[in-house]
Amino acid sequence: MSLHQETPHSPGFIRKYIFSEDHKTIGIQFLFSGMIFFGIGGLLAMLVRLQLAWPEGNIPWLGQWYPKSWGGRMSPDFYNMLFTMHATVMIFFVIIPWLTGAFGNFLIPLMIGARDMAFPKLNMLSYWAMIPAFVIIVASFFVEGGGASSGWTSYPTLADASLQKPASAAKPGEAYSVLKDDAYNSPAAPGAGMGQIFWLTSLLLVGLSSMMGSVNYITTILNMRAPGMSLLRMPLTVWSLFITAILQALALPVLTVALILQLLDKLIATTFFLPPGGISFGNWHTVPGGGMPLLWQHLFWFYSHPAVYIMILPAMGIVSDVITAFARKPLFGYKPMVYSLAAIAALGFVVWGHHMFQSGMDPRLGTGFMLATILIAVPSAIKTFNWLATLWESRIRYTAAMLNALAFVSMFVIGGLSGIFMAATPVDAYFHDTYFIVAHIHYVLFMSSIFGVFAGVLFWFPKMFGRTMHEGLAKVHFALTFLFGNLTFFPMHILGIGGHPRRYYDPTIYQYLEHLQPLNQFMTICALVLGAAQILFLVNFLGSLVFGKKAGINPWESNTLEWTVPSPPPHGNFPEPPTVERGPYEYAVEGPADFLPQAKEKPPEAGA
Amino acid sequence: MSAIEETEHGHGHNKNLAHHFDTLEQQHEANTLGMWAFLLTEVLFFGGLFAAYTVYRYKYSAVFEEASNLLDITLGAVNTAILIGSSLTMALAVRNSQLGNSTKTGHWLVLTIIFGMGFLGVKYFEWKHDYDIHLMPGKNFFHWQFAKKAKEIHTKEHSHRLPGPQDGVLKDDDPSLGVKARLESEQARLFYLLYFCMTSLHALHMVVGFGIIGVIAWKAYSGVFSPDYYTPVEIIGLYWHFVDIVWIFLFPLLYLLGAHLGH
Repeated sequence: MSLHQETPHSPGFIRKYIFSEDHKTIGIQFLFSGMIFFGIGGLLAMLVRLQLAWPEGNIPWLGQWYPKSWGGRMSPDFYNMLFTMHATVMIFFVIIPWLTGAFGNFLIPLMIGARDMAFPKLNMLSYWAMIPAFVIIVASFFVEGGGASSGWTSYPTLADASLQKPASAAKPGEAYSVLKDDAYNSPAAPGAGMGQIFWLTSLLLVGLSSMMGSVNYITTILNMRAPGMSLLRMPLTVWSLFITAILQALALPVLTVALILQLLDKLIATTFFLPPGGISFGNWHTVPGGGMPLLWQHLFWFYSHPAVYIMILPAMGIVSDVITAFARKPLFGYKPMVYSLAAIAALGFVVWGHHMFQSGMDPRLGTGFMLATILIAVPSAIKTFNWLATLWESRIRYTAAMLNALAFVSMFVIGGLSGIFMAATPVDAYFHDTYFIVAHIHYVLFMSSIFGVFAGVLFWFPKMFGRTMHEGLAKVHFALTFLFGNLTFFPMHILGIGGHPRRYYDPTIYQYLEHLQPLNQFMTICALVLGAAQILFLVNFLGSLVFGKKAGINPWESNTLEWTVPSPPPHGNFPEPPTVERGPYEYAVEGPADFLPQAKEKPPEAGA
Repeated sequence: MSAIEETEHGHGHNKNLAHHFDTLEQQHEANTLGMWAFLLTEVLFFGGLFAAYTVYRYKYSAVFEEASNLLDITLGAVNTAILIGSSLTMALAVRNSQLGNSTKTGHWLVLTIIFGMGFLGVKYFEWKHDYDIHLMPGKNFFHWQFAKKAKEIHTKEHSHRLPGPQDGVLKDDDPSLGVKARLESEQARLFYLLYFCMTSLHALHMVVGFGIIGVIAWKAYSGVFSPDYYTPVEIIGLYWHFVDIVWIFLFPLLYLLGAHLGH
């Protein structure tokens, strides 16, 4: 419609690449910082695995790096920090920023035919709120006592306790003066209370960033679509990001409140989450309590359960687009795919209690949470069957992106099925806090979401950088990741059934776990290969930025709007405002080409 | 300030339209929707606090009523009136910006800030009073039964002297108090923690509001707004009304909870 004066933009380097308001640059910023943290989180995971395989120490080369006070083996406090920070980094600094930050920012305006996000400045701030969060979470490794060590769930009985002097030494009335040297002690890792404070602060900033992002995504999708781009013509990637943004907007503020309350508990000795009478560990004790640790669990999981859908719905959207583009067939059941996304999100709000079956819950309430949770299998199955039906009798192009997307579908089935085990309260009583849950989370978050991310990066890399990633290298990376990912994570189910608890520093001291130790060692070796295989992706990614084959406008012969503009797209995205005249999945059509792009070919006579 | 009034009838055509929007109307709708989406997150933000409040009030209802009864209802009611007044001035500012009365818009916005600051002024004296009668958790927190006594002494003497152990009032963890009294004290402490936490988060939202309203008032005086373009005034209005509504919930939940117990 109105093509008002597009002021020629030639911002300087800083405005263009650092303090950029262009959604594409911001998306790529999220992509790169996520990669750095993927490396950090991965290294933490390798250390966790090393400890589990050879808890007695004598790790050849690494052992020399341990401080002398540890006596040649990893200290228990350090191990607690490793698994806490691994989960924190992977969830809050890798997967969420990748899926919503990188793909959300880069794709939403391009796929709906907008020049930019509705609020470009807010968008820039959403990335720049992440920077102090990055700094603080990295700094937390180096404060006294190391990073947070109470598990990524930060249950108050460990995380909230600011331990005081031994009871004998404390005079009445002195218990409130928390700002003493020993006040930040935590029972999970003596001395690591400061790490917890950094953890809380950093997550608060991540929350701020996500809040700004979600407000922006919701507004952009509802308000900035090109003419003809009705809601039910949007690609599923956009639908999934839209629903994710709503999830974030509704769930995240509750976590923010919980973080603030715990931060107050740590800093000024409030008692929101300390149980009546406070907590005592040996002759260490906290201030008097009065609050409820369970309240934290409720507030935390009210966010963190929807958060697991925040971490997989965008991957589902991405995979739907990648699969249709390479199956060369219309997506089977577009509307059911949209409604099932919405159903998963809606049900996701009423199932947080299934994380707390073992925290002391009325069985009647537990039954409600169990039924609601199992109900999620229905929309999830709709999605899976629709992906399979899309592939049925299609002419699949086995590109690297497609392989990763297919891996998502198959691995999501395994992760989804193991989830149903734990949704059932009687079964959960047995599996709770064993390696079974670790297997489940890694099948949905690593084997599903991360494969979705790989598929998305391989698919949209040409649009982001104007070059294609190396197919051969990407396929080798895929094969290694798929093989060794399964070899690492599948045995975790077996460990869990064998009763191997999660978060244990040294499983070998329990006789009933002894026979599982060879399996633990096998998994660690596979995990190391899996970790090393990721270097291939990094090399491919960075190398292709410079040496990759030049990509045209539409290298995958895909339909959606981003494939009608140059790669990379110019500032403002669309030289000609697009008009949309059909849905996104018109493949396998008669004619010279087997696909019909969404945008009208000729310039429109008049805007619709 | 009002000398700039005339300039606002210029052709504010596209200088207020960001390049990524097609029309002013689209921009207006996007900004309004964005603010609503933000307020949605705010509802959930305060919702988390209200959830915590609900849980503890349900569990500790008797002590919560006693504890609430020690807050000053008069000051709370005065503040409620002030804040509702500021909602009115904000609504008038929005109306005037729609009509194109730039100077009046600025005046009403400034008046809104003045009302808001009046609210915070009252709040300051109220918090000070709460601190004096030992309601603030921390070193100076006493058992709430003694806080009641401290309040009597404090109101009777009209002095700045803090009632203390010499008046027979005891700290909440005094060994001479029984186990029951100490547990009650923990519960009362939670009430006051929620009270201070919720009112100060509300106050923080007001302070943020002052800054934004100030900028928009300055823009109004500079004649930026016109009947075609008044979006910023309208969306800051939404924000301000939201902050007021939070207080409308806080006032009964915190102050009136124990009113039936009498003073």
